[in-house]
Amino acid sequence: MQTNERLYVGRPTRRVEGKLKVTGAAPYSAEQGQEGLLFGVMVPATIAAGDISNIDTSAALAFPGVVDVFTHETKQNVAWWDRKWMDQTASPGHPFRPLHSERILYDGQPVAMVVAETFEAARDAASLIRVSYRESEHVTDIRTVLDESYDPPKKRSGIPAAPKPRGEPEAAYEAAPIKISADYWLETEYHNPMEMFATTVLWEDDEHLTIYDKTQGSQNSRDYVCSVFGLKTENVRVDNAFVGGAFGAGLRPRHQLFMAVMASLKLKRSVRVEMTRRDMFYLSHRPSMLQTISLACDATGKLQSVIHHAVAGTSRYEDYQEVVVNWSGLAYACENAKLTYELTQVDTATPGDMRAPGSASGNVALESAMDELAYAAGIDPLELRIINFAPYDQNDDKEFTSKALHACYRQGAAQFGWEKRNAEPGSMQEGNELIGWGMATGFWDAQLQNAAAKARLSSDGHLIVSAAASDIGTGTYTMMAQVAADEFHMAIEDVTVKLGDSTLPQTAVQGGSWTAASTGGAVQAACLAVIATLLKQAQAIKNSPLKDAKADEVTVRDGRLVLIINDQTGVAVADIMAAAGVSFVEEEGKIGPSKLQMLKYISYTHSAVFVEVRVDKDLRIPRVTRIVSAIAAGKIINPKAARSQILGGVVMGMGMALHEEGMFDHRSGRLMNHNLAEYHVPAHADVENIEVIFVEEHDDLASPLGVKGLGEIGLVGVGAAIGNAIYHATGTRVRELPITVDKLL
Amino acid sequence: MSYDPDTQSQLCPTTLHINGVRHDLEIEPWTTLLDLLRGPLALTGTKKGCDHGQCGACTVLIDGMRYNSCLLLAVSQDGAEITTIEGLSTGDQLHPMQEAFIEHDAFQCGYCTPGQICSAVGLLNEGHAHSREDVRELMSGNICRCGAYVNIADAVEDVMGQQTHAVAAQ
Amino acid sequence: MNRFSYVKATSVDHAVDVLTADPAAKVLAGGTNLVDLMKYDVERPTTVVDIKRLPLGDIEALDDGALRIGALVSNADAAYDRQVEENCPLLASAILAGASPQLRNAATTGGNLMQRTRCYYFYDPSAPCNKRDPGTGCGAIGGVNRIHAILGASASCIATHPSDMCVGLAALDAVVEVSGPQGKRDIAFEDFHRLPKDDERGDRPDLDNTLQLGEIVTGVRVPRQAFGQNYTYLKLRDRLSYAFALVSVAAGLTLENGVITSASVALGGVAHKPWRDKRAEDMLKGQTPSREIFTAFAERILSPAVGQGDNDFKISLARRAIVRALAQAASGTPQRQSQKSYA
Repeated sequence: MQTNERLYVGRPTRRVEGKLKVTGAAPYSAEQGQEGLLFGVMVPATIAAGDISNIDTSAALAFPGVVDVFTHETKQNVAWWDRKWMDQTASPGHPFRPLHSERILYDGQPVAMVVAETFEAARDAASLIRVSYRESEHVTDIRTVLDESYDPPKKRSGIPAAPKPRGEPEAAYEAAPIKISADYWLETEYHNPMEMFATTVLWEDDEHLTIYDKTQGSQNSRDYVCSVFGLKTENVRVDNAFVGGAFGAGLRPRHQLFMAVMASLKLKRSVRVEMTRRDMFYLSHRPSMLQTISLACDATGKLQSVIHHAVAGTSRYEDYQEVVVNWSGLAYACENAKLTYELTQVDTATPGDMRAPGSASGNVALESAMDELAYAAGIDPLELRIINFAPYDQNDDKEFTSKALHACYRQGAAQFGWEKRNAEPGSMQEGNELIGWGMATGFWDAQLQNAAAKARLSSDGHLIVSAAASDIGTGTYTMMAQVAADEFHMAIEDVTVKLGDSTLPQTAVQGGSWTAASTGGAVQAACLAVIATLLKQAQAIKNSPLKDAKADEVTVRDGRLVLIINDQTGVAVADIMAAAGVSFVEEEGKIGPSKLQMLKYISYTHSAVFVEVRVDKDLRIPRVTRIVSAIAAGKIINPKAARSQILGGVVMGMGMALHEEGMFDHRSGRLMNHNLAEYHVPAHADVENIEVIFVEEHDDLASPLGVKGLGEIGLVGVGAAIGNAIYHATGTRVRELPITVDKLL
Repeated sequence: MSYDPDTQSQLCPTTLHINGVRHDLEIEPWTTLLDLLRGPLALTGTKKGCDHGQCGACTVLIDGMRYNSCLLLAVSQDGAEITTIEGLSTGDQLHPMQEAFIEHDAFQCGYCTPGQICSAVGLLNEGHAHSREDVRELMSGNICRCGAYVNIADAVEDVMGQQTHAVAAQ
Repeated sequence: MNRFSYVKATSVDHAVDVLTADPAAKVLAGGTNLVDLMKYDVERPTTVVDIKRLPLGDIEALDDGALRIGALVSNADAAYDRQVEENCPLLASAILAGASPQLRNAATTGGNLMQRTRCYYFYDPSAPCNKRDPGTGCGAIGGVNRIHAILGASASCIATHPSDMCVGLAALDAVVEVSGPQGKRDIAFEDFHRLPKDDERGDRPDLDNTLQLGEIVTGVRVPRQAFGQNYTYLKLRDRLSYAFALVSVAAGLTLENGVITSASVALGGVAHKPWRDKRAEDMLKGQTPSREIFTAFAERILSPAVGQGDNDFKISLARRAIVRALAQAASGTPQRQSQKSYA
């Protein structure tokens, strides 16, 4: 029984690392170790497929300040087996090995790295490397190889395959009175966190390295380095205490990590490798995708059939997989569903998880199609969704741990003013502008991962909690401080949170929105373990007033271990530790998913997104003027940072809807807009009003803290809602993202 | 000293005043102000987000105005008064803009933040923003991939309001 | 970035001497374009002549009412200058539509004129580009050409000029002041930038402008004019700020008793230089502003327009933008650059 009142959890709380960030004092991975460093700069390939026929490094090697140039001709002392190169999040296939051979698998693949005494020397010598290629045939447009699509034979760990068909989807579709069917096309998108990928390796000796790496998982990077280079886990420490955004790009170890370690071990020096912004476009991407979706309903709007087929691009060497179509089987109640997901190979780098991977893409098709169906049926789009509310998950035949989606619909619609909407496209105007209102539902899964954390309470009352988790901007530091402070009823200023260090208690990579629930739960467990130990120590004191107390009957308050029901009864923590002859108590807490519970229940976060767009009636430039995002995600630990998480997801969704696309010259197979001037992400001027609502959602099953996670859900639904609003404004249904002006003329 | 084609080097005597401290330096002309700050001067608060003037993470103040330090050759700034994020606070006393950024949660990962804050301070110094619309337009040279724009605009407006009140009080 | 010799110019003549002696030398002013291109290895100057300290940083009113804007006046200083705002608000508006505040603080008047194209292929040294490396071909023709020219392109180059300020200057009939080995001369703005192919020099997309060896821009003169109220700078782009124009229109009208007595329209983002058609402008003279006449004008100025594939939409977009810009100018409701709805 835990009856602790919450002081910080649930209250808007300023970020504990805020001061470090606003003063520029927070060190990121390219900002460590200033003395005696070498600098590496990579050279990207400029063909999509083929072989290096010759690589001339002589001018670079002769350049003042250059120490070495690494190419595929450099002898490497690295692991041979593919499995040694597979990180925690790898997809089935042959992991990419930088500088492994003369083979070119994609445009932008690193073909060389110059290492020099200064950054400028490395940068400038890199431009002197001359590479000749024998080009092979290539394909970069998945639309030309749709006939080669396949169901990936090996499934990616943690990614459920598409469910088996249920009911009679084709027959039900044919028989239904109201139906729509359409293709949706998505271009590739690139993560582009503001910090470029960088690694600083501090070389101690041939076996001992300290590595500052931009990653979403310090232990994932450490294990990769140890596995590839044959180093011992205990001799390699990876630090990612500050991560300048990642959005999924940091789930896998990136080339700069390999390159920096390789150079460091060979040159026996400390080395920093920082990518260029251009390099950032060659890492991974949200895959391009063609989706065909068919929906049918009866005259009352009840769904009769859902048929959703997706073909996504992947590389030649790995079958990248994400959950794209499954959502369509659990989003709405429908007895007949057929969901299929296939891959087709192109000559690009392997796609990767990008914020709300799979769900963001599949949702564009499903939620746009729901809007199309609403118009076909003459039913309000929000009403259609309410009519088809799914009370349980039909894919897995499981109950939801909670689903406050009705509250999202209700509160979001009220805040937005949805009831004033005139359904007729083009009917709402102001001045030169057509006004469009659209909405969509969003879905993401709420997962609990195995996680561990330590808590260490000192006799002076200071608490340190630690875990190898990351804070990629998500507010993890602050959330852990809140959770821990509450367990001891102490001021948050007396809590130090240590994250981003591979030597700390084991944590999965930070992704999938699971960190708050998982590491938060582990921190709580560790704190409770400390209290249990304190109780044992207190009970060892002669005539202890707590001698009959049980662990769940005590807590720490005002520096005393006391009975929860009567805080007059207790012992000062300092006295307990003095009696026990210790200066601190440290315990580890662990948590993980309950297999038994998972047989019956499944857990998701939900959202309702309402969007207003304005489109000039002649000029047709779309702009988003207002978004209301209503979120059901269980307990919200820090409403301040949580709101920011949703705002950020919404803004990235705006980019997906309106701006972001890789532009390939399919003749050469090369990406041409590999910079932030021509690959547009939303700027200040694009973002007007965004309101976030967290609806009340109590959930004892999703996680011990009642938390479901927020990293992805803010993005899901935004793309479709914007497209639906644009349809409402203009009468033009654009089924290709991004919706740029040319598609509205 | 002039360029020596044999050593491919040229060291140019350059004086920079950074956060009130005078630095007499010898700089190669192909070093940008950004790389000088982040490298030899160890002022890593100024960030490199694109190195091409496309993101604003490297924004610093020169004579109170904002610039992309990635596009300035350090030698060309001889004699300049430069303020970086490290120079905005005095000891423990944060600049009001830094304080407002924390209060409004105007950042997440924190990487674009020094540039945003320097840009926001420059925005106020330059004096051309009179509305939230203006703030959004005149902060558009700073990309935030975490998408904190709404909160950044709140923070900037907050400080703008404080300044207006201060002027009114006088 | 290649290794280069860095020279601080002590006078305009000194700069001219250095440029004349070394054809591969480049002038550094604000650096926002040159340093960028050097980092991409597109520009590899052997000498960089820093002119930042030269006395070309003033805006002055001349006796004939014209304004002279020194080559080193920053874009921001020009845009917010009281004389510029009063005399040629169209120019101020055009400048404020471009780039970002940081870039406008650094970028200069002269540098803006010397700005090079944003073509993807030009910016990528491993891609073919006749502008960067004559004779290598044009990657953009048949390639990714969303942002490319619909007017005045040649068989070897379809790049566009990326400036907003220059579109304003073109509409204002500015004059470029240059100094060179043969002394000073003036170049009419429309003669400063060139199309990739012209009668004088043939198909030479590597030449952006008509400067001779050793010449540098020292200033721009904007004649006294009458577009105090009836003007606009309308810029359309893929994101609402900090992006290059897909299409932009600088429009200025003189109206007397409701009748157009003079019209000036320059287009940006559509050609290798700011695009004007004075004969088309003549058709507006003597007319009463109307959607019909503006549409007819747009059809006329765009009659030679040709799409390249990805950019086919620009023809339609330009037509709409021209009609709207002329309507804004006629009604005296210029587009404010911080306002994202279109007046």
